[in-house]
Amino acid sequence: MPDHKRDVKATIIVPAFNESAVIHKVLKSIPRRVKGLSRIEVVVIDDGSTDQTAQEAQKANVAIVSHSINRGLGAAIKTGIEWVKLNGSDIAVTFDSDGQHYPKDIHKIIKSLITQKADLVIGTRFALKQKIPKDRKVLNWLANIATLLIFGVSSTDSQSGLRAFSKKAIDLIDFKGERMDFSSEILHEAKRHHLLVKEVPIKAIYTSYSRKKGQKNLNAIPILIRFLVRFLR
Amino acid sequence: MITSIQVLLTAFIIFAISRAFLRFREKAITAPLFIFWSLIWTVALLVVLSPPITSKLASFIGVGRGVDVIVYVSLVLLFYLVFRIYVMIEDLRHEITYLVRHIALQKSSKKSSRPLSSSRKRGSKK
Repeated sequence: MPDHKRDVKATIIVPAFNESAVIHKVLKSIPRRVKGLSRIEVVVIDDGSTDQTAQEAQKANVAIVSHSINRGLGAAIKTGIEWVKLNGSDIAVTFDSDGQHYPKDIHKIIKSLITQKADLVIGTRFALKQKIPKDRKVLNWLANIATLLIFGVSSTDSQSGLRAFSKKAIDLIDFKGERMDFSSEILHEAKRHHLLVKEVPIKAIYTSYSRKKGQKNLNAIPILIRFLVRFLR
Repeated sequence: MITSIQVLLTAFIIFAISRAFLRFREKAITAPLFIFWSLIWTVALLVVLSPPITSKLASFIGVGRGVDVIVYVSLVLLFYLVFRIYVMIEDLRHEITYLVRHIALQKSSKKSSRPLSSSRKRGSKK
């Protein structure tokens, strides 16, 4: 856990694939000052976008790491974690680029990480009473069940895109999933390394844009197959 | 008495064994893989040249007909090979991602010329 007496730096990792329509607005909404932190850095992982995502992100004055070809959300997050390891940071936060998250929730998960001395904080969308599309609820419920059955980890929102990692978690968690399957793997890694995991209620903003850009319902099948193959290999 | 189908299948099996040998000589496949394929094709050759072997095997393991044994064994083998190919493709995807990440980090910062701490090092399997 970060020491309160010294400077504490956090890096917000924003994975993005063809998000030119909203990326600038999303990056501008990210808080640059959070109580308890001396510095916040934002890094966009442009996952092989074919539109103007990188150029739009550049306008927000953030660091940009560009994949030459699209490798998936999990791969982009892992690149972000590697970037954090290379550039040094006490806390890493993952934040979706489609505008689904409420920027002020970054305060909440960082506060929880520091005050509860947690190693991994998951922002859960299902703890608050809010409007969530039914198909998303079902999909997440199935993903939570699969995570419990395959990895033996219980979570109310295993697929949440808003998470915070402590320095210990940044160093220890190593996942292989390159698509949406990485989310459950992170929880499994946390369990394997006996890390303290906490969940914090967060708001979810579902717009027609974020619904279109988000996880496709039919993606659940290949994700499940990948889980099983990794288990059987 | 050798039938025409036996001649055709024997010719195909000899061709397959020769291809496996050529690939092995070119070092495109490893020795264990060459042995594996040679064994598979040798068994197939025995079955083609002496079909009663399958009937004996069928009665030994309690399956009705010799041809059923061939179908069951082939299906199991094919499923296993599909699984191995799936795993191999997954490994290739990870290798590609490792390279893409390495290049991206190298371009973004001079610091990233340090090796990645990821478990996915080239040529390693976890």
